[in-house]
Amino acid sequence: MQPMALPPKATFPLSLLLLLPLLLLSLVLATSTQQEEFSEELLLKPLPDRKILAHFHFQNEAPLDADSFARHHHLFPKSISQLVQKFHIKAMELSFTQGRWNYERWGGFDPISSHNAKPPGVELWAVFDVPPHQVDASWKNLTHSLSGLFCASINFLESSTTYSAPEWTFQSALGSLRYGTLPREAVCTENLTPWLKLLPCRDKAGLSSLMDRPSIYRSFYHSQQLHLTMSSAASDGSRSGIILQQTLTVVLQPDDQNADMNHVSKAKVQPSWSLSSIFGRKISGRCVLAKLSNVYLHADRGLVAQLENLHKNTTQFANNDTGPEDYRVNSGFKLSVTPKRMHTELGKGSSILYEYPIKDYKDTEQFDLGLSWEHPIVWSSPHAPFYASRFLMGSGNERGAIAISLKSTEMTQGLVTNNIEERCKLQVNVLQVVPWYVKVYYHTLQLLVDERPRVLTDFVERMRVLPSEDKVSPGMMELVLQFPCEMKSAVLSIEFDKGFLHIDEYPPDANQGFDIPSAIISFPDLNAGLQFYDKSQSKSPLLSKLQEKSPVLSYTEVLLVPLTTPDFSMPYNVITITCTVFALYFGSLLNVLRRRVGEEERLLKNKDASKAVFLRRILNKLSAKLRGRPLESTSSPSSSSSSSSSSSFVSPKLILRVLLVAGIAIAWQYYSQ
Amino acid sequence: MGANENSSAKPRVRPIVRLGIFLISHSNIVSLVCFLAGVVALLLLPVLAKNTYISENALMPGSANNMLSTHHVSDANKFIKDLTDLEFTSMASPIESQKLIARYMSALDAEVTFHKFYPQFSQFHPLHFFTSPDSGIISKNGTCSSFGVNTIGIIRAPRGDGKEAIVLVTPYNPSKVGLGEAVSLGIAYSVFLLLSRVTWLAKDIIWLVADSQYGEYSSVAAWLREYQAPVFHKVDVVTSEACNESSSFNELGQGLYLDGKLSGDFRRAGTMAAALVIKVVDQGNQYEDSLNIYAEASNGQMPNLDLINIVNYMAVHKQGLRIKVKKMWSLIDSWWLNTLGVIFESLGKVARSLNPQLKFGIPASDYVEGAATLASSLYYQGLGVPTGPHGAFRDYQVDAITLEISPKVSLTKLNRRNEFMLRGGRLIEGVIRSINNLLEKFHQSFFLYLLTSPGKFVSVGVYMIPFALLVAPLPIVAAYLHANGSNSTPQNPSSSLEVDGSHKSWEWLNSARKVLVIHLWGVFVSLLPFFLRQVPNTTLTMNFVLWGFLSIFSLLILYLTLDCPIFKASASQLEKNKWTSLKSVTISTAFIGLSLMSVINFATAEIGALLIVPICLLARPLKLDIQARSWRTLLRASCNIVLGFVVFSPVSFVLLKGAFEDFYGINVGDYWKWVESLWAWNSATYLYIGVVHLPCWALCIHILFHPC
Repeated sequence: MQPMALPPKATFPLSLLLLLPLLLLSLVLATSTQQEEFSEELLLKPLPDRKILAHFHFQNEAPLDADSFARHHHLFPKSISQLVQKFHIKAMELSFTQGRWNYERWGGFDPISSHNAKPPGVELWAVFDVPPHQVDASWKNLTHSLSGLFCASINFLESSTTYSAPEWTFQSALGSLRYGTLPREAVCTENLTPWLKLLPCRDKAGLSSLMDRPSIYRSFYHSQQLHLTMSSAASDGSRSGIILQQTLTVVLQPDDQNADMNHVSKAKVQPSWSLSSIFGRKISGRCVLAKLSNVYLHADRGLVAQLENLHKNTTQFANNDTGPEDYRVNSGFKLSVTPKRMHTELGKGSSILYEYPIKDYKDTEQFDLGLSWEHPIVWSSPHAPFYASRFLMGSGNERGAIAISLKSTEMTQGLVTNNIEERCKLQVNVLQVVPWYVKVYYHTLQLLVDERPRVLTDFVERMRVLPSEDKVSPGMMELVLQFPCEMKSAVLSIEFDKGFLHIDEYPPDANQGFDIPSAIISFPDLNAGLQFYDKSQSKSPLLSKLQEKSPVLSYTEVLLVPLTTPDFSMPYNVITITCTVFALYFGSLLNVLRRRVGEEERLLKNKDASKAVFLRRILNKLSAKLRGRPLESTSSPSSSSSSSSSSSFVSPKLILRVLLVAGIAIAWQYYSQ
Repeated sequence: MGANENSSAKPRVRPIVRLGIFLISHSNIVSLVCFLAGVVALLLLPVLAKNTYISENALMPGSANNMLSTHHVSDANKFIKDLTDLEFTSMASPIESQKLIARYMSALDAEVTFHKFYPQFSQFHPLHFFTSPDSGIISKNGTCSSFGVNTIGIIRAPRGDGKEAIVLVTPYNPSKVGLGEAVSLGIAYSVFLLLSRVTWLAKDIIWLVADSQYGEYSSVAAWLREYQAPVFHKVDVVTSEACNESSSFNELGQGLYLDGKLSGDFRRAGTMAAALVIKVVDQGNQYEDSLNIYAEASNGQMPNLDLINIVNYMAVHKQGLRIKVKKMWSLIDSWWLNTLGVIFESLGKVARSLNPQLKFGIPASDYVEGAATLASSLYYQGLGVPTGPHGAFRDYQVDAITLEISPKVSLTKLNRRNEFMLRGGRLIEGVIRSINNLLEKFHQSFFLYLLTSPGKFVSVGVYMIPFALLVAPLPIVAAYLHANGSNSTPQNPSSSLEVDGSHKSWEWLNSARKVLVIHLWGVFVSLLPFFLRQVPNTTLTMNFVLWGFLSIFSLLILYLTLDCPIFKASASQLEKNKWTSLKSVTISTAFIGLSLMSVINFATAEIGALLIVPICLLARPLKLDIQARSWRTLLRASCNIVLGFVVFSPVSFVLLKGAFEDFYGINVGDYWKWVESLWAWNSATYLYIGVVHLPCWALCIHILFHPC
């Protein structure tokens, strides 16, 4: 998914590049201002389940010079260019996501779901242009810088237990890629504001002025991304510039005016919406610094096919389909603004993209695209060949298993019918990273195809396993699987033991459980990109991004593993009990070492002889009288030994003392009130 | 006292040893005091109960206003109407109502799936007592024709990460929908309707409509098994050609698959945080709307107290429902408990007059209520059988309770029903909202407790004391008997010294062997029902009689084969000490057994200790007592006989049942039935009765009739 491809048009004219070393510094500055380019675009797409996808795409390009470290940029954010310079970043992607992308309803086979559907929390990967032994150091520094830049705890990715180095899932990397996720990171405006600061117009003008915080954070899914790539010169392929793509993907639910709660029986009409109704704002104008400012409306393949069906059924419409009026009065929906241009995808059942350039609107007039549905239309988004889900099995605090299940969708059925003659195979890459305290036993990896256990080697083409090392590195498993296209379902399961953590290794709220980051399922054979008729030699970065050849990618759910957690008030108890045990131990040890029993006996005898214990003798006499027994000879040493020890417990002396103390206590209690 | 003579040579003994020796030498009085103190402490438990409090701050019950409105309820009413109409109009397959539920669920944008399961009839697995319910126990005898279909709707939290889920369960029987069940579905639907629109949801909501044709528990357990421990290669388990005729299941999804909301495969939603089982009982003769809480799961496991606390809080303070937990009703009117209550009340008054800060003593009526609740709490925990479908969740460490709501008047009155549903729905909403607030899983509050009222509990730290006091005499008496027995032997001058010395020191091994044999017999007896079940066409009584007969028969065989040489040898002059060492070993094993049981199921151990400890302490050959002919020994002998009779488990079962219910209509088959339910639920209590209680009783009887 590494978008290393060129933008459609080389940013550096060839001649200029050849001249560059010869020109003076002032000239360099002059040219570089020309080369810094910014574009803003917004893609809107109705989703089958009555929601709207809004995808903001901001692209910022700047040339990369040897001395640009200290140079001032006009449009390009300086912090990012410094980052690139300092850590020698070849490519990087950082995403902040809240909510889950619904692959089933919102589709899994288009560029947006492959690029912009991300796991909840923070995901970061970066490719460095440094020698292999420096990669980890660069990564650690990068995480800290990003953490400061985006007000997020990305610095937790610094620890070697949180990141890994996959090789096959992200294609471009060869040993210098690092990948880490923080599934529990909460995403909010504090992350959006620094992200907006990187835009030349911030959110004061242009498309970004639509970003009303309450409506964005009320959305069902939002993912803000920062994607950095190097553009290479057309001539020699050397690095020539930085491309910064900032995207914000939001799935919103428009307010349903005619929403009645009971639509059990009747078919639903999709809710009509406009920009002002979903964002609460309108576009008042373009960002003047932007070279390009467009809004697109995308109707995907399923919708177009349904619309065509509808069109065939309703005969009152004429069959000529060219001319811009027809876009506006479609048989399925009505658009409030006439699109400037329409892009259709190649092939049958293709999707349509309506283009609205913002530059045409005056500042006084506000752009408010609206869409109202005429007929109830039910369609479904294109799905990835397999619908992947992951879950935990087992219970208890001891062990469990992770299962990744792949269910075929209607997409694979299409594949089967297409090539009957040769045996159709489908490649599936799986990347699973597990934290070290989930101790995975890789030998227990099992594969069930169509509910039957199969030999793993029949399906696994390549496999790369990095077992976890306690407190050092997470476990990572990369699988390249080849499945027959006619397969209905497959389940990969792998067992694990739950480890124990040291008391100070538990994160806050440890009793919630521990996260296993999303697995990445990718289909490198398939191309998620859309192919449009390139009529107008489009310069739009968003369009070129949509058309880019890239593998289909999907993320599974984040899992929550309950681990054994100590009672966190326990350290106190442990300290107390340890101290008690130590005191007892040392006390008795000292006693044994110090005391000489024979000596004491002798001393005691002497004391008895010298009648030092006068009171005791009196008491003994008293007790003897009370018992009505003759006084025992106190001189005998055995009398003080254990023979009388048993009776001494119930001796009247003791009772007397207890009574005395109790009496005092009661009196004290009574009079103190 | 013999120990003292030995130790007199030593000048000084450590105080702790002295204390031990003192206790052992006064074992009679110590055991009496301890036992009485244990009983008194047990009776004091209702007085010592503390008020419950919400321990986890994150729960914040009732801090948000209820959002459930009359609109939701009227929609739910429509749903109920459709559901009940369906039964009247088309007497079609029960599938229809499941389709209807699924249609309603999918209209709320929920993901709907059907889960087909083959009911797993409870069976006795002698070796599966402590294993977790894993996939290995898939019933292979489930016939294909009889299957149930659970309908599951899942609302994904809009901005949640989907790691956790809250489960709502409404058991209902699709072939015979009662009004109570329909209303419980309606309440769940109204809550589900609300939750599908709210923005504050952080955890996914799963609504499981459990098909209770084959029992509420089995359907929920089947779903949980599929959720937590699925079997992927089902093809081998259920032969496919026999099950192909389940076309009625396949037609379920038609018309719904279209939306992409319903999918054939099983859906999951993260780790379960808590589960609520909702039931409505249409009784209509209450003072007010009331709520019954059932919490006991298998082997006396309880959900976290916080879950009960929030339900209690929401019901009492927000919805004004009268909340109840199970009570032993027969105890409420018993005179002795009332007298005890009065005594404790007056004691409390005395204490308060001494010091007003002493919060000791509660009103007598409270005491009686608390004791009745405590007794039932103790009994149901001790029984080890879950009291509802929530028990299935506890097997997977999920906190769950059953809420049984019963209305004041009959549910057939519509506007009264609306109000009732509004209250019920708001209660569920509040509880869910509170659990939704929870960041961590339930861990703050107690897991080991007994309830004395919905708002009062006795924690493990308190109810351990009576048990400890009850079992404390056992090791002391055992040590006393052992010491006494070994010391009194040298009094026989006739026996040669070295032979006798070696014999004496190894004598306890002989008794230990006897005890071991009897315990093995206990194991055999507890395995017998498994084989008896294989015999077809038997009545309960016949089974019981057969069981008893076989047990006695096997005991006799054991006596004749194994113990014969021992008896012959024991006919010597060492006879007198024989029984003491036997008793000492018996008591030790009883102590070990009780202690082990207290780890597994505390309530069982507590009840068991109450029964078995007196006879273990008192047992003494009747012959000796009768020979002595003093009133003390005669009293002891008669006590022994009575205890020996009462402690025999079938007799004690009948007596307890008679005391708490009625003697009328009791037959011995009931005991078989009771035992059957124990092993069907894999209750450890069954093992306790078979392996600890029964052998100990048999050994005590053996001691009573010891020929000396």
